[in-house]
Amino acid sequence: MNAIVSVKDVQKTYDGGFQALKGVNLDIEEGEIIALLGPNGAGKTTLISTICGITTMTAGSITVGGVDIGTGYRKVRRMIGLVPQEIALEPFETVINTVRFSRGLFGCAPNEAYLDRILATLSLADKKHSQIRELSGGMKRRVLIAKALSHEPRVLFLDEPTAGVDVELRKDMWETVAELKRQGVTIILTTHYIEEAEAIADRVGVIRSGEILLVEPTATLMSQMGKKQLIVELAHPTDAIPDALAPYDLALSADGGKLTYTYDIKADRTGITSLLNDLQTAGLQMRDLQTRQSSLEEIFVGLVEEGAA
Amino acid sequence: MNYQAVKAIYTFEMARFFRTLMQSFLSPVISTSLYFVVFGSAIGSRIQEVEGVSYGAFIVPGLVMLSVMTQSTSNASFGIYFPKFIGTIYELLSAPVNFLEIVVGYVGAAATKALFIGLVILATAYLFVDLTIAHPVAMIGFLLLTCLSFSLLGFIIGIWAKNFEQLQLVPLMVVTPLVFLGGSFYSISMLPPFWQNVTLFNPVVYLISGFRWSFFGTADVAIGYSLAAIAIFTLICMGFIWWIFKTGWRIRS
Repeated sequence: MNAIVSVKDVQKTYDGGFQALKGVNLDIEEGEIIALLGPNGAGKTTLISTICGITTMTAGSITVGGVDIGTGYRKVRRMIGLVPQEIALEPFETVINTVRFSRGLFGCAPNEAYLDRILATLSLADKKHSQIRELSGGMKRRVLIAKALSHEPRVLFLDEPTAGVDVELRKDMWETVAELKRQGVTIILTTHYIEEAEAIADRVGVIRSGEILLVEPTATLMSQMGKKQLIVELAHPTDAIPDALAPYDLALSADGGKLTYTYDIKADRTGITSLLNDLQTAGLQMRDLQTRQSSLEEIFVGLVEEGAA
Repeated sequence: MNYQAVKAIYTFEMARFFRTLMQSFLSPVISTSLYFVVFGSAIGSRIQEVEGVSYGAFIVPGLVMLSVMTQSTSNASFGIYFPKFIGTIYELLSAPVNFLEIVVGYVGAAATKALFIGLVILATAYLFVDLTIAHPVAMIGFLLLTCLSFSLLGFIIGIWAKNFEQLQLVPLMVVTPLVFLGGSFYSISMLPPFWQNVTLFNPVVYLISGFRWSFFGTADVAIGYSLAAIAIFTLICMGFIWWIFKTGWRIRS
């Protein structure tokens, strides 16, 4: 594994005594999209801010591209682009000037052609000379991304990039992120929209109360942790579930036409075969079968509740 | 040294100045003209020469200093406070820059603006009074040093301030009184002996005196003291800013 960002035993206690990070370990591979998923106040932003140098850590160590973020801060920060959660932009400045400012601040010589390309990718080309205050919320967010990309970073942090963004723009944003990945940029995003993680992340890290609960490839997480449901559509509706089927803990739909069986795909035996046999024995005729996998959201809620219990 | 960053900060800050060029230009011209009409012509005509210089001319260095000091302080404090206020400071904190580059960028821009305003006031003064500058190089030197040191002070205030009220507080409550009481409009030799001694604790006295010396060749305090005072003031400010960035005081949690 080629970790571009390596977080080791990082702790952060704020001056007020609040412990935001309790020994976080995380390796982020080059070229991947990793989503940090967690409820509000879980420590997602603190973790990102610490890696980017905005917040100082209380203990632990972080390297980016093999360079320590403290001693090699210049080298490290040139590799990193950060899109903050809150929209923070100079309202009276033009789009291109704020982007030029960012590029210069990160030590890069002017390159208008490159900046034009970024603005075009983010559909901001026609707003190049507009003042920031004239832009819509979604556009401002894209300006933040343009600023973060202005110095050609290898690692991009997106702190809740689609918070408060409408559905269409969210899809646009996902496409932008996918495009950046194709260009070889490693992307770390925080979100509490599970569908976002599910849709674009290669791996998902679940964080709660300053601790990383797990980090798994999105697909593995889905299949490992996921509950699946088998929905049996009956040829003739039934009033009650026969006693013989009680062990399966079936749910009967209101119209009596559908039975839902929930099973764990991690288990050695799913119980599907015997259920189907027993259905037949009980004299219930099947018209159709469907299976449905639980979404990451359900997995997440399950995990967080489990952790809190 | 990240020169690109210094250039970026400086250009960005100057852009703010150029956006409001008319205000930046007109307000000092108008206020200076008013001072000349009131103090120079109306009251000044009844005042004898001070230290061999007509009163109208005598107040020119003080007027320039008054504006330069308040403008440097407010420009620099606003320049760094505004990113804190609107949240864009995150970018500065996550950028590959050290404290010196940030300070050179922000303070350099604030000092440039103040210098420009100082020169505008000087030019306006020429319209009202006969003025010869005895030591032009020293005059520019003093002006530059004052712009720089008060911009450093402003930078500290901008970092310290938690709201707009605090941002106004120090310039209003400290800088302006010190400048007014520092001999902008009078020679401290005109004060009773006791107050002359008290005034010597006001650092601004040394700056105005030195600046006035560069115009007329006469000073309240020896020129060497003036230079030493401005050097000490600058060093204290630099030291304090270095400490701010080392500890992250009020900027980094």
